[in-house]
Amino acid sequence: MEKFEKLTGIAAPLDLVNIDTDMIIPKQFLKTIKREGLGVNLFDEMRYDQDGNENPDFVLNKPAYRETQILVAGDNFGCGSSREHAPWAIKDFGIRCVIAPSFADIFFNNCFKNGILPIPLPQEQVDILMKDAEKGANARMTVDLENQTITTSDGVEIAFEVDPFRKHCLLEGLDDIGLTLNKATAIDGFESRMAQDRPWV
Amino acid sequence: MTGKTLYDKLWDAHLVDQAEDGTCLLYIDRHLVHEVTSPQAFEGLRMTGRTVRAPEKTIAVPDHNVPTTEGRETKIDNEESRIQVEALDKNARDFGVVYYPVSDVRQGIVHIVGPEQGWTLPGMTVVCGDSHTATHGAFGALAHGIGTSEVEHVLATQTLIQKKSKNMKVEITGTLPPGVTAKDITLAVIGKTGTAGGTGYVIEYCGEAIRALSMEGRMTVCNMAIEGGARAGLIAPDETTFAYVKGRPHAPKGAQWEAALTWWKTLKSDDDAHWDKVVTIRAEDIAPVVTWGTSPEDVLPITGTVPAPEDFQGGKAEAARRSLDYMGLKPGTALTEIKVDAVFIGSCTNGRIEDLRAAAEILKGKTLAPGVRGMVVPGSGLVRAQAEEEGLDKVFTEAGFEWRLAGCSMCLGMNPDQLAPGERCAATSNRNFEGRMGRGGRTHLMSPVMAAAAAVTGHLTDVRDLLAEAV
Repeated sequence: MEKFEKLTGIAAPLDLVNIDTDMIIPKQFLKTIKREGLGVNLFDEMRYDQDGNENPDFVLNKPAYRETQILVAGDNFGCGSSREHAPWAIKDFGIRCVIAPSFADIFFNNCFKNGILPIPLPQEQVDILMKDAEKGANARMTVDLENQTITTSDGVEIAFEVDPFRKHCLLEGLDDIGLTLNKATAIDGFESRMAQDRPWV
Repeated sequence: MTGKTLYDKLWDAHLVDQAEDGTCLLYIDRHLVHEVTSPQAFEGLRMTGRTVRAPEKTIAVPDHNVPTTEGRETKIDNEESRIQVEALDKNARDFGVVYYPVSDVRQGIVHIVGPEQGWTLPGMTVVCGDSHTATHGAFGALAHGIGTSEVEHVLATQTLIQKKSKNMKVEITGTLPPGVTAKDITLAVIGKTGTAGGTGYVIEYCGEAIRALSMEGRMTVCNMAIEGGARAGLIAPDETTFAYVKGRPHAPKGAQWEAALTWWKTLKSDDDAHWDKVVTIRAEDIAPVVTWGTSPEDVLPITGTVPAPEDFQGGKAEAARRSLDYMGLKPGTALTEIKVDAVFIGSCTNGRIEDLRAAAEILKGKTLAPGVRGMVVPGSGLVRAQAEEEGLDKVFTEAGFEWRLAGCSMCLGMNPDQLAPGERCAATSNRNFEGRMGRGGRTHLMSPVMAAAAAVTGHLTDVRDLLAEAV
């Protein structure tokens, strides 16, 4: 997994609540058997019209936001389907950090598996970052995972919380499966106990 | 010492390892797999030279993008869909997992096949790369959706890295009025708590009205726990559960059944358990509901009117404006005046035999309103066979519905079953998101009887009016 340490880049404002994973990546793009190449279809139905032309009003189509690396969004981001195609599309577009008042559970988990940092913050703080993001390409935000801070273009610093284990995995770019396989003895032990206690499973 | 909730007990029973920072490794008893969220996971195993740790606990079935028309065993027209189904076929055979291909009568939506075959049992942990895995919570199993990276993790290790959620109790007291169903309960709960109201929680549904539900109804309730943002939904197992499970192909038999039953009977929340949040709703206060917008929380009793954006606060006002525009609805319109173009009966929420029986009861001797197209997609090949044995297929086809083969179908429109732009559908599925059933398609979620009522009249309808006529 790609490491996440410190990121300075353009933040795009997407001030909508309940952005679901169907919006992030519609179903017709779930037919791939690969993880790559989904960035071009990120937010497809908002980003393009029926004929595939860009909708000039959509934030990521505006010249200032074409190189967006940070997304600031509304409450309950990533709700709905468990499709990991959503974080794959976000990452493939070049976005490595999403900031919102809250995230849906499965999407939140999926981000960490893909080197994306989702940051939940109180609404008032998201509002500050949303305003900053609205300034366009001149406003570069910095997200520092080690120190758990976000710095706006004006130098306003906002602290955030992150689970220590997930932080460690992101900073080091660790593979979960490798870590768990180190615990094979514990899994073996559990399975032998279960063979006794719950043999029907 | 305070008692434990059912969730606490299930968690403890599957804990393999706990790190100092509280991160836990949880054992997974059943892993359900479908064609859309698994190809990258199997590919990951191949690339790292890893194997499937417990192929006998891994059950694969294609459901999301299989066509629901005849001839699909030999030919799937859409090339990408065909490649995905073929990939599942190859992965299932290469890694030796349990597999129900489209040619098998037991094929169907993964969340219907699992319980039907007795793979899902009380007290288990069940995961699947699909958010509606919450369905299996109806058995008192801890069941939730996961992403593809986690699918790969479970394939390789039969465990998941987890942090414990908080406990929420949703109690439905009293008795449901006529015409009000499990779907109305689950939508009413989301209407009350919001789509993020359950975030960070596992919900246990309890109370007299839940106890009175059949297993099919309980699955409908738990299925949509995810729509309320919860990690999982649970219902404690009881005699209804045991009667459903007994005799299923993969349910325990003989002495093992007795041993299992003894343990299953302990699977309930203690009276003095701690709840982080409690929601109580009187069953008598629940009316048949429909959704008006593009979020499952946009729920109203069928007797209501389309709301205005100004009725909401904060970001929801803008979301409501966007929803109304997308849905082509004007504030103040009576919900019963909304005309429909299509009716979809099926999905992991309402594609079980009882759902088809309930819809057929309303449709018997009636026909689709002029200009309305209708589609019934049974949740599995066995549900379809059972329905045909009972003559339900005749009721549907005589009413003018298409009678399809099993799959997810129009619920997410990955196969050819889709809405056209602007087309409005009364659907028994679970999501009314923009574009969910087809780009520009407009979805109103409701129960099978409500969808049947809309089919007959051509507009959203209070099914209780039809029931009254019948008396």
